[in-house]
Amino acid sequence: MNAALEQSYLKNPKGLTSWLFTRDHKRIGLMYLYAIMFFFFLGGVFALLIRLELLSPGKTIMSADQYNQAFTLHGAIMIFLFIIPAIPAALGNFILPLLIGARDVAFPKLNLASFYIYVAGALFAIYSIITGAVDTGWTFYTPYSTESTTSVISMTFAVFILGFSSIFTGLNFIVTIHKLRAPGLTWFKQPLFVWGLYATAIIQVLATPVLSITLVLLILERVFGIGIFDPAMGGDPVLYQHFFWFYSHPAVYIMILPGMGIISETITVFSRKKIFGYNAIAFSSLAIAFVSFLVWGHHMFTSGQSEIAAMIFSFLTFLVGIPSGIKTFNWLATLYKGQISFEAPMIYTLSFLFLFTIGGLTGIFLGALALNVHLHDTYFVVAHFHYVMMGGTVMAFLAGLHYWWPKIFGRLYNETAAKIGAILVFVGFNMTFFSQFILGSQGMPRRYYNYLDQFQPLHAFSSFGSFVLGIGFFVMLVYLVHSLFKGKTPGYNPWGGLTLEWTVPSPPPPHNFDKIPEITHGPYDYDKILVKRN
Amino acid sequence: MSEQHKEHILPIKAYLGVAGALFILTMVTVAVSYINLGGWNAVVAVSIASFKVSLVALFFMHLKYDNKINLFIFLIGISFVTLFIIFTMFDTLRRADIYEIKAKPIKEKAHIYERAPDDSTQQSDAAQH
Repeated sequence: MNAALEQSYLKNPKGLTSWLFTRDHKRIGLMYLYAIMFFFFLGGVFALLIRLELLSPGKTIMSADQYNQAFTLHGAIMIFLFIIPAIPAALGNFILPLLIGARDVAFPKLNLASFYIYVAGALFAIYSIITGAVDTGWTFYTPYSTESTTSVISMTFAVFILGFSSIFTGLNFIVTIHKLRAPGLTWFKQPLFVWGLYATAIIQVLATPVLSITLVLLILERVFGIGIFDPAMGGDPVLYQHFFWFYSHPAVYIMILPGMGIISETITVFSRKKIFGYNAIAFSSLAIAFVSFLVWGHHMFTSGQSEIAAMIFSFLTFLVGIPSGIKTFNWLATLYKGQISFEAPMIYTLSFLFLFTIGGLTGIFLGALALNVHLHDTYFVVAHFHYVMMGGTVMAFLAGLHYWWPKIFGRLYNETAAKIGAILVFVGFNMTFFSQFILGSQGMPRRYYNYLDQFQPLHAFSSFGSFVLGIGFFVMLVYLVHSLFKGKTPGYNPWGGLTLEWTVPSPPPPHNFDKIPEITHGPYDYDKILVKRN
Repeated sequence: MSEQHKEHILPIKAYLGVAGALFILTMVTVAVSYINLGGWNAVVAVSIASFKVSLVALFFMHLKYDNKINLFIFLIGISFVTLFIIFTMFDTLRRADIYEIKAKPIKEKAHIYERAPDDSTQQSDAAQH
């Protein structure tokens, strides 16, 4: 046992209650990390079951009803229990105060409350799965969701509760970033991950309440038949989609923005070069956050929405390409003439750049009104959002997880195994989802249990890809767990980063900094400061 | 409690005055509902309601005297609700448009149908469309 570990937040104070009632952002972040990884595993199991079922036409391993439940649970778990809290609540909670030179977040008790609310929401979701699951798809569209005999109410109530957890985290981060920055850490000296979390937090606070309202209306509709979404009573089922996407489209940016923040960190550290276009990247995060509120109607082009609304939403959707493009080109320019090294976090970062670009560009295809008519509700859409969410957010999450793993646990993982895992994940991902772009463009509808024989080769290829992906994640599980017991100790700064978290021991002591640091340089001044690894 | 958050206490008369105004405005809302203003019914009712909400927010919730950042945040919330309603109305108010487009004859002079006069088979195809 090394001294840093003995004196770290992991060992001080000791005892179960010291964890259950902790107010330490690092412990709360870690508990979140365990929770979301569990749900990532669960959602992943559902994903593999879906792909196994689709290996051949007709029944393979489950009935059509079970299939409907499997894809709904895969979606609902991955979205609400994994990807939304993954980066902000787990990694963000741990790293944010360290990045800005603070001893904790602004409201530590609210932070703990946020975790327990998440747990309560998760328990409701599990209850819903046990009592009959849900078969509506993760979007809970009316009118089917008001008629389905599955446990829609408990699942929507779970999501309702999870929303509060998300709002609490967002509120906490906004106040923390405004009030607790170390002396000298001006807005434009903040690491870009902080900007990403800030933009995310704004969306969480502004948009999540709308989801809560939507789900309450859905529950009222189901229980009391109030008729707001029922045309027979003068209601409007498309109104549900407006309500739902007013939250859920910005929520896509809740998922991707903090991921973009992580990429800005890792790409500079592993290029040993100052970030290109700091201000442009920072402001493009805010621009994405703002525009994200104005594009929700692009989910509804074929739902009977008016043409004028469709035109407006289509135009605004194209605007998202601008700040996203600004970020991508700035990251590429950062790589240019950098001293690039290919450790696991960098492999995930480069995967992100490659996959997010494909995901983003196919989003532009889907935003085009005429093309959307053909591609909507096909596997093209499935492939698009998996390229953005998994190729984007999950790759960024994995980059961040590997980057900060030595800081969080005070252990180094086996680099060779990590590289093998990263390559398997990249290859498996592309096999799984690139084939789905082709399937979708040929007209294979999403969410279908059965399909024509002509689609089988591509479906089978996609399923085999998902098995490669599964093996990649299994390799990751093995070397990460192995590192916890047998990993070498990393020292303060294994990657040679310039941001504040690398100035404290790995893992950090309970109160982070003995003395609050004073900031004199920018977060990426590799042109001015020579940083050596450890 | 920091100096920025000093309690601001209004005289009781001010509270009673605001409460009185709210009562009167409620009566005005009821009274106006008996007059048929056509399309303006909703506009008038919503305007009065908005004014009442402003009174509550400014005086009962102390936004008038509080740190202006709180007012700013409150207004952001309101503006996003407004945005949601307006954009949704782009859909709901104009949804019938598509049904009003009457079937019109194909413009035979349209560029894509221009072809040689003796090409009778294609012309009849175009006419069927």
